[in-house]
Amino acid sequence: MASNQNGAAVLSLSNITKIFGPLVANDAISFSLQQGEVIALLGENGAGKTTLMNILFGHYVADEGTVTAFGRELPKGDPQAALDAGIGMVHQHFTLAENMTVLENIALGTQGLFAVRFNRAKARDRIIGHAKDFGLAVDPNAQITDLSVGERQRVEILKALYRDARVLILDEPTAVLTPLETEALFKTLKMLVAKGLSIIFISHKLQEVMAVSDRVLVLRGGKMVGEEVTASTDRKALASLMVGEDIAPPKIEQPKTGKTVFELNNVSAVGQGTGSSLQGVSLQLKAGEITGLAGVSGNGQAALAALIAGTLSPSTGSVSINGAEIGNWSPRVALANKIGRIPEDRHAVGMIGDMSVTENVVSERYLSGRFSRFGFLNWGAARKFAEDIIRDFDVKCPSPEARVRLLSGGNMQKLILGRAFDGNPQVILANQPTRGLDVGAVSYVHEQLLKARARGASILLISEDLDEVMTLSDQIIVMSKGRLSSPTKRGERTIAELGELMAGHGFTASANSVSEVATDAA
Amino acid sequence: MLLDAIDILFTTGFWVAAIRIASPLIFATMGELICERAGVLNLGIEGIMTVGAFAGWITVYAGGDLWTGVLIAALAGSMFGLLHGVLTVPLGLSQHVTGIGITLLATSLTYFTYRVALADSTSPPKIEPFQPYPVPGLSEIPFVGEILFTQTPLTYLAFIIVAVVAWVLYRTPLGLAVRAAGENPVAVEAQGISVTGIRVGAVMVGSALMAVGGAFLTMSAFNSFFFEMINGRGWICIALVVFGSWRPGKALIGAILFAAFDAYQVRLQQVTGGVIPYQIFLMLPYVLSIVALIVVARRATYPKALMVPYQKGER
Amino acid sequence: MRLEPKPAPTLAITLAYPAMAILVTFIIAAILVMIAGAAPLQVFGLVLKGAVGSQFALVETLTRATPLIFTGLAIAVAFRAKLWNIGAEAQLYAGAVMTVLLGTGAIAAPAAVLIPIIIAGAMLAGALLLLGPAILKTRFGVDEVVTTLLLNFIFLLFVSLLLEGPLKDPMGLGWPQSERVVSEARLPRVIQGKRLHFGFILAIICAIGVWLIMAKSVLGYEMRAVGHNPEAARFAGIPVNRVLVKTALLSGGLAALAGVSEVAGLKGNLTLDISPGFGYTGIVVAMLAFLNPLGVILSAIFVAGIFVGADAMSRSAGVPSYISDVMVATALLSMVTAIMLTRFRIRWR
Repeated sequence: MASNQNGAAVLSLSNITKIFGPLVANDAISFSLQQGEVIALLGENGAGKTTLMNILFGHYVADEGTVTAFGRELPKGDPQAALDAGIGMVHQHFTLAENMTVLENIALGTQGLFAVRFNRAKARDRIIGHAKDFGLAVDPNAQITDLSVGERQRVEILKALYRDARVLILDEPTAVLTPLETEALFKTLKMLVAKGLSIIFISHKLQEVMAVSDRVLVLRGGKMVGEEVTASTDRKALASLMVGEDIAPPKIEQPKTGKTVFELNNVSAVGQGTGSSLQGVSLQLKAGEITGLAGVSGNGQAALAALIAGTLSPSTGSVSINGAEIGNWSPRVALANKIGRIPEDRHAVGMIGDMSVTENVVSERYLSGRFSRFGFLNWGAARKFAEDIIRDFDVKCPSPEARVRLLSGGNMQKLILGRAFDGNPQVILANQPTRGLDVGAVSYVHEQLLKARARGASILLISEDLDEVMTLSDQIIVMSKGRLSSPTKRGERTIAELGELMAGHGFTASANSVSEVATDAA
Repeated sequence: MLLDAIDILFTTGFWVAAIRIASPLIFATMGELICERAGVLNLGIEGIMTVGAFAGWITVYAGGDLWTGVLIAALAGSMFGLLHGVLTVPLGLSQHVTGIGITLLATSLTYFTYRVALADSTSPPKIEPFQPYPVPGLSEIPFVGEILFTQTPLTYLAFIIVAVVAWVLYRTPLGLAVRAAGENPVAVEAQGISVTGIRVGAVMVGSALMAVGGAFLTMSAFNSFFFEMINGRGWICIALVVFGSWRPGKALIGAILFAAFDAYQVRLQQVTGGVIPYQIFLMLPYVLSIVALIVVARRATYPKALMVPYQKGER
Repeated sequence: MRLEPKPAPTLAITLAYPAMAILVTFIIAAILVMIAGAAPLQVFGLVLKGAVGSQFALVETLTRATPLIFTGLAIAVAFRAKLWNIGAEAQLYAGAVMTVLLGTGAIAAPAAVLIPIIIAGAMLAGALLLLGPAILKTRFGVDEVVTTLLLNFIFLLFVSLLLEGPLKDPMGLGWPQSERVVSEARLPRVIQGKRLHFGFILAIICAIGVWLIMAKSVLGYEMRAVGHNPEAARFAGIPVNRVLVKTALLSGGLAALAGVSEVAGLKGNLTLDISPGFGYTGIVVAMLAFLNPLGVILSAIFVAGIFVGADAMSRSAGVPSYISDVMVATALLSMVTAIMLTRFRIRWR
């Protein structure tokens, strides 16, 4: 895309500083955006990108510094002012009310609140006009519930355009998209720039940053550590700026593949409330191997994870462990069969924030003789267990009595690892194990998973991060619309091929062909 | 006896009573519906209705006219709504506990004020309540007209309120914001509207309607204020909101069906002539409410952000 | 404005905010007293004197605190698991009805046998009464707040039916009241000649028992986990629905003991007014105690003191005794606010 360094600055941030308690989330950050320019804001999780955008948007108030849009300083802490100034934001987690229509979501807050009548016709014409101009096809009367993720993102973009946004901020917009949808998004962005909009593209994915931006700003630990013109830099340089130190990629030894320990036979199930479902899924997990599950989220991963964790029972099909079919399936049965579980959402599902570290680490085995007798808990033993985990997994916390809510995401994840790995589980479910963690914590989690693999555990790694899946997995399976593809060995499929599968193409693979491949591999 | 029991259903007197009994429920149900649509459960309803019943009545007793009484009741209700709103929305306190607290506070404050204001009177004084106002023309339509159009002005207001609530919720930008606040507050904040403002405002307006529902009892149905006169009507309205799937029209039908049932059980008591203990009949409305909840609970699509506190910048 | 969690609050803060909540309660009460045309300090003096100013007053306060300890414990247990039991009033009457059924001569046994039977029977009745709403909640997703509230009205009508029918005292001159329970069913007095009865001791024992359950037992642990985060509890293998049902049984049973205590301990028979809302006041008692079972004893005595003191005061100072209800409700709201403030800091920007 054309670089346009000499145009007028449409947006400039100067000296933005934001402090949360001991944490400096943003440290004197300044930059400006030119008209028709695409800036990429690159940084790891926790680098301060989201805080910066929340300040820009008036959701947070900066301790220091100013935001100027089109020559006028924005008042602090006023989201309406940012919107009025022509700044639009597409959040990573969509801000749509699901039981309402596209039209209602887009027009929300754009007409005088106390008007006697909501002017639907006007809103519809305007939406259709914008949709045509920018090539964002979407039905204004569709319910959000019925839309795909890609369509929802289009609605988010239309929401900004509807308000005459001249600056568009996209926060990790590709995290939930298939490679194909990502392509389409990039095309849209090009069209927007051609029409004179300016874009800030927030991401931690290097190849996308290289593909889409004119200029790259790198954030690390709340500081701006680099500003590069995209055309004159490369992925390697950006990577080292972003991470700050060279973190060696994990060393992966040849797998010592053993027998099949966990097996799903033609399992169908519907997850509660999530709408996530499995349709005739068969899966074999072997000892000493990491199986990576790639796919766009919302294609049944949640149901598959719930099934392995025991919170969801198959409606048809069966679960076998070490060749023996299991009748009643529940979290307790899963735990009794030595399945270690790392849930997707550590705050909502993994840990109980308002309980102590001790109370949390025993939650999966408080009934065992080790921790309770005659219906009463042995808090001494529980505390000892907590101390062991804190030591072995290098958890930073004030004491075993501390409430888990006060721990950082990385330390919380270490507690979950400690709890899941207790008693050397034979199967480990690792669902998005590194999501939202900083670089150090990510490599720690990877190390632990590889260690478990080395001692013979069978691991299912579910991740939205295709790089992570491709790096760690001995075999890769793609999930789409509740079905699994046939597994392939490390390196057998290219990213493009995986992308095709993730988009649901080439899914002739039925339960039969999966087991065929599995037999071949055995 | 069976024929007598069926005959009741075809008397205008029965349906006139049913509409009268439904009126306070309609006000309060619309009030609760507005609160819940914005995402706030308001268990203060029982106490707020008590406040409204007292405030409207005492205003008239002190010399105000009837409509001033209604207005004062609404204002008093909205003040308790403000308290509930502030405690549960920006401060994010438990909506259950706060709501019960509001009911206890509103009720006890009412009784205290009653005792202070009327220390000398042994029995509660009476006022001149709203009188039935037959709508010219319409009230002469046989049966339906007699039932619907020979009521008091406050009953007509109840029906107008349903139409207004439905219009505002589904046809105005404000209603859009209220519904979105109860569904996904982030969507509201992202469009530059204050979730706190919408929610607190909805609770205040809703509470005002609840109070008018209470005032109906002292100013239209009866002509005086008694302790415990709300008698669980507030809780029934909460059930009616669920029964009506959070939709004004359905909730209205629910309230009328419920009131018809209530009016019917009173007449049935007379027909059965004491064979069945009267308590059984009195229980029926409450039992019916529970049954209604069980019937709809499975397929109820409640506002997703109901009882979920919202904090700016959090997602 | 926004709320930010505070790291572990210091002891001073943990105590300062609740103290302020009590202060706010008294300030609001003072304003109301002035509106009623009396002098606040004098009125508070009279309340204090009426609550603890004499041996008689103190005994009266402890007697009034007894049912409140039971209902307070019932609520504390239920709210810990976020089971919103607002039906302690009905469960109390269930216990009272059972006391009358078993204690008016149906079983001829010495006190040492009869009283435990009554206690067990009453607890069972209260537990079963809350079992319904608990099952409706876990099986059908029906909100227990509304069902337990409505059950209060239904059950009170049922008691009225019983008192005018099968349980009516033939010698009662037509009043809706039950026969008196036999002397073997009466809870003995703690001090000879005073109204304070063994129910108070039972309440203390229950509080300690509930504390042990909550702090040390597997069930208590499960209840807290379910209350704080049911989804995480389910993931960890805790049987959430079963825990909720157990919680309901325990809570309903405890509330029923308030009925036993009032009938077998204090009144001797059942009337429709044995509880002036003890079930609802139990919510306040439990919240003032931060849901801590041992704290419930103190907060029940505090609340009972306000009620007893206000009754005495209103006879002499002419301020309506409803001031005590206002104070209790204000204390509830200011205390939940105070608890929030000890854990979160309000940032205005």
